[in-house]
Amino acid sequence: MIHSTPKKIGKIKFGLISPKEFRKMSVTRIITADTYDDDGFPIDMGLMDTRLGVIDPGLRCKTCGQRAGECPGHFGHIELVAPVIHVGFAKLIRKILRAVCRSCGSLLLNPLEKMKYLDDIYAKQRLGQPVEDVVNTVFKEARKIKECPYCGERQLEIKFEKPTTYVEDKHKLMPADIRDLFEKISDKDMEVMGMDPKSARPEWMLPTVLPVPPVTMRPSITLESGQRSEDDITHKLVDIIRINQRFQENREAGAPQLIIEDLWELLQYHITTFIDNTVSGVPPARHRSGRPLKTLSQRLKGKEGRFRGSLSGKRVNFSARTVISPDPNISIKEVGVPEEIAKEMTITMNITPRNIDEAKKYVSRGTQQHPGANYVIRSDGHRIKIADKNTEELITTMEVGWKIERHLKDGDIVLFNRQPSLHRMSIMAHEVKVLPRKTFRLNPSVCPPYNADFDGDEMNLHVLQTEEARAEAKILMHVDQNILSPRFGGPIIGGIHDHISGSYLLTNRDKKIHKAEALELLKKSNIEELVEPAGYENEKPYWTGRQIFSMILPKGLSLEFKAEICEHCDVCKKEKCEREAYVIIEDGVVKHGSIDEKAVGAFKSLILDKIYKEYGAENARRFVDDMTRLAIRAIMKIGLSFGISDEDVPNEASVQINEVLHDAEEHVKKLISAYNAGELEQLPGRSIDETLEMKIMQELGTARDNAGEIAGRHLGLSNSAVIMAQSGARGSMLNLTQMAGCIGQQAVRGERIQRGYNDRTLSHYVRGDRGADAHGFVKSSYKKGLSPTEYFFHAIGGREGLVDTAVRTSQSGYLQRRMVNALQDLEVQYDETVRDTRGMIVQFKYGEDGLDPMKGDFGTRESIARIIDTVLTTRGQND
Amino acid sequence: MIDSDVINSRIRGLPIPLKICETLISELENQELTEEELEKIIELTLERYKQSSIPPYEAAGVVSAQSIGEPGTQMTMRTFHYAGVAEINVTLGLPRIIELVDARKNPSTPMLTIYLEKEYGNDRNKSRDIAWEIESTILYHLGDITTDISLMKITVNLNPKALEMRNMTAEEVALKVEDAIGLPVGLNEYALTTSPEEVSYRELLQLAKKIRSVHLKGIKEIKRVVIRKESDEYILYTEGSALKSVMEVGGVDATRTRTNNILEMAEVLGIEAARQSIIDEIMATLREQGLTVDIRHVMLVADIMTCDGEVKQIGRHGISGEKASVLARAAFEVTVHHLLESGIRGDIDELGGVTENVIVGQPVKLGTGNVRLVAKTT
Repeated sequence: MIHSTPKKIGKIKFGLISPKEFRKMSVTRIITADTYDDDGFPIDMGLMDTRLGVIDPGLRCKTCGQRAGECPGHFGHIELVAPVIHVGFAKLIRKILRAVCRSCGSLLLNPLEKMKYLDDIYAKQRLGQPVEDVVNTVFKEARKIKECPYCGERQLEIKFEKPTTYVEDKHKLMPADIRDLFEKISDKDMEVMGMDPKSARPEWMLPTVLPVPPVTMRPSITLESGQRSEDDITHKLVDIIRINQRFQENREAGAPQLIIEDLWELLQYHITTFIDNTVSGVPPARHRSGRPLKTLSQRLKGKEGRFRGSLSGKRVNFSARTVISPDPNISIKEVGVPEEIAKEMTITMNITPRNIDEAKKYVSRGTQQHPGANYVIRSDGHRIKIADKNTEELITTMEVGWKIERHLKDGDIVLFNRQPSLHRMSIMAHEVKVLPRKTFRLNPSVCPPYNADFDGDEMNLHVLQTEEARAEAKILMHVDQNILSPRFGGPIIGGIHDHISGSYLLTNRDKKIHKAEALELLKKSNIEELVEPAGYENEKPYWTGRQIFSMILPKGLSLEFKAEICEHCDVCKKEKCEREAYVIIEDGVVKHGSIDEKAVGAFKSLILDKIYKEYGAENARRFVDDMTRLAIRAIMKIGLSFGISDEDVPNEASVQINEVLHDAEEHVKKLISAYNAGELEQLPGRSIDETLEMKIMQELGTARDNAGEIAGRHLGLSNSAVIMAQSGARGSMLNLTQMAGCIGQQAVRGERIQRGYNDRTLSHYVRGDRGADAHGFVKSSYKKGLSPTEYFFHAIGGREGLVDTAVRTSQSGYLQRRMVNALQDLEVQYDETVRDTRGMIVQFKYGEDGLDPMKGDFGTRESIARIIDTVLTTRGQND
Repeated sequence: MIDSDVINSRIRGLPIPLKICETLISELENQELTEEELEKIIELTLERYKQSSIPPYEAAGVVSAQSIGEPGTQMTMRTFHYAGVAEINVTLGLPRIIELVDARKNPSTPMLTIYLEKEYGNDRNKSRDIAWEIESTILYHLGDITTDISLMKITVNLNPKALEMRNMTAEEVALKVEDAIGLPVGLNEYALTTSPEEVSYRELLQLAKKIRSVHLKGIKEIKRVVIRKESDEYILYTEGSALKSVMEVGGVDATRTRTNNILEMAEVLGIEAARQSIIDEIMATLREQGLTVDIRHVMLVADIMTCDGEVKQIGRHGISGEKASVLARAAFEVTVHHLLESGIRGDIDELGGVTENVIVGQPVKLGTGNVRLVAKTT
């Protein structure tokens, strides 16, 4: 392998290229529009000249002697018969034409003004600010002057006809004239007009030489039929050369001015579309099939363009993608990788005296047996594919200094990612665990940061290739390090769904757990010894659920908080709470309360937050692992199921619900009659109609809530759905209300459904009916089933939700892109200032106090009090 | 046992933020401490502060951008909402956030929060008087307008109750209307009459339209004022915003009165006020949606929007459009334009930022890409 010294690009200077430079960098002049001869060989001085580089395998580039794939390609050039206007600069050319003298080419401002503006420009440049404003005033001022202060020439009005025509007093300015005039402009004047004379002379905006891009950037494709299909750019170049030739012939033959002008314009058209095929006022050049050509500008622009599609975001090797599925038995730091993928993806291993034996083992297993190796790389860089035939030979010849590309194996660090990557937790480093079957496996607890579920989501995996990358990933991107979200300083990884209901069922109400069960629950949690049993029953020891849960808590953890099931009573009864909603943890033992979402749930877990901050990332991860395993085992042991019969409400409840709904309808009727009688009291700042609508909505809203409340009461606290909703595992009481009680008002843009026919929503209702059911109030529950009209209104309401989501994703995506683009260069410095890469200070102290949002609550009253407490409690001990 | 003054001076000299100093002092207030204990507390505090500090070379910008952008996906699109029954519509959710970072000249629902001086704010009647003074009154609020085609006459029957409520007399109204339309106005008790100069149907209708919206009193921009009591103080909320004019009204507490239009805030109260109002508005919008985002992220966004002394939008016409790097600008939006422009100006891309280095394939100078080993030269 050739080791080239790594080059560092220090800076990039932009400018225009002069015709001279074009010719200098060109390897050949292109004169014929033909590409290949009859033998399929590139024609000399044609568009596919082998000096421009090669794309066909087997040929060698005449310029650099390299093969296809190695040769980067070289530019050629076309000599244009006459200069043309570069469309990109058409507006600037207009501005300059209006600002300079038509005869002597000097900027129409007097020397004093020029000095002043120049100073302004220099000052702005020094500060790194845009000079646009100054330059615009220069152009504006210069345009006003009608007589050249230098040669006295009267200035004529210049009209600009889009896209590339300039008319001076009814006389058309030919590009050649403009070019001649621009040549007269002095360097000093150019600087006043905001141009850098060293990198951009104004006459270079009217090219006389056209660069021909190397074939490597416009490869032709051979179709199945053996026919060659040329790139769009090549097509365009063919057009240009043809017209250029015709133009030349006509001119040499002394054709009439009219014809010359026509040809000139045609050449202008082709060069315009060569540069940009979407210029307004120019019909886009089309392919034979009628598709507009993709020319230079189109290649750069937009999401799939060169900048955003190929330069800022690139396709990579060493990556894999497949469907994900859950595996609660692997750690959150792991990712289950299918063996098939593990055998395909490799890590380069440098052979040293210490690992040569290991390396030989990999090689001996070959490519088909895991963990094996796929390639051996000799010290001269030659890659040898491992096959059955050469395995023996390779093992004997292998020596220190060689490298092997070994399979992915357990414990390797890889990056795991799910799109859309909205925050940094969307890419985390996991440890590989090679597993059978074909999906990536991940612990359900890491779903929240990726926002993943298992309804067919796919995820990507990237294998790191250098030791530095692996080290960095392990230290910065590891799942352990990302348990806390920098967004709000709380845990983003944590228990979900069954983890929460499982923990809740385990710890709510005293349960007697006998030894065998206890051991089974804790089987996977690395617990060596059971604590003292809570009591004996028939002389057999038993433990409580809280005791079992406490065993996975670190020693010394103390915490007090209100659980998710807390009903926020006016006076908290604390440990006497009959709902067991007040959690007290002392020295790693849950003394009171139920463990639910507030304790272990993702986004909310207070226990995890505390463990992370006090016991470190690794212990926090261990807690999540233990907790999820315990919870899953607990829920399997205790059992939690939910079916259609769980939504059954007793007869008396449905009677009550019907009563509530009936009352509500009566109320609404009353409101309407009050409105019709003009007795409805208008709310301040609202019209009478709005007032009525609001009151009806309010009435129906409370009716729905009441119905739900009745349903919830009759279902009781032991109902699985109620358990799930209250512990925060899944669903809400509202969902339950809608399933068992009443679905409620369907709304479009926050109002009752109003649209449809004249004065009514559906032809089933009387015109002008303002009643509840005529405007989308759904009385039924999901269990009961919807009436046809209700079903229709429900679909209307549902549609709004779908549209909302679709619109929101695109809008928030764009917001995200803009935000990241605006803020990406900001960085905290050693002096705690936040600066961009220019060194401009944005904040003198990050966040005004220099604290890391991820590291939590330091600075709050409680955390300060805690510090004082720790010092003061040791006082007692010292005495 | 040491004196509280000693504690005070000792703690104030510490290299920690003022707010933490103050919390510490207030927490230590009624504690009896020995010098040793104080030192220990200080030591622990400093240690904890250092632990909790942001590490150098942290890419704070990207983290902040993501922290605000990511919850965007969870926000609702529902533009309006009514807080309370009779309150004012305000844009909320994602559209509001977008509006804020766009630094729009005319936000869709400008709103003022007017605090009153003590003597007015505690008195319902006085605050209502101020509300009437601020709310713009146009003629059609005060009575019915009838157009009589046969007599070519427009009659306005003023409602005495409405007049009284807005503290105006019929004469006053007649004068104002005369001024506004430039035509003589007859007044007969509570009826104003006027007719167009020219006898033409079109003129009459035009006049009727014009007369309808004659501005009589109050501040033109303020369409509606709602009074609300919040912790024994009356606060005025307005639909429409005119901070400068409102601040000049007697009884208005100019020190607390705010608008939700950040550009207006910048114009009237200066850039620091604009920064604070960006922070407040974004935080309020996020909070309303039930999303928790650390205030430091919002601060950084507000700071980059205002650090040049003027409010700049996040996007093509603001921060992203003024970046030093040509490649970064080209990679964001309007690619070709930026490339051509930079060619003319002979711009140099120093390759300092993130996008540029990704494009040329070099390590980004941020975070771990910024640290380098330096050999000791001795």
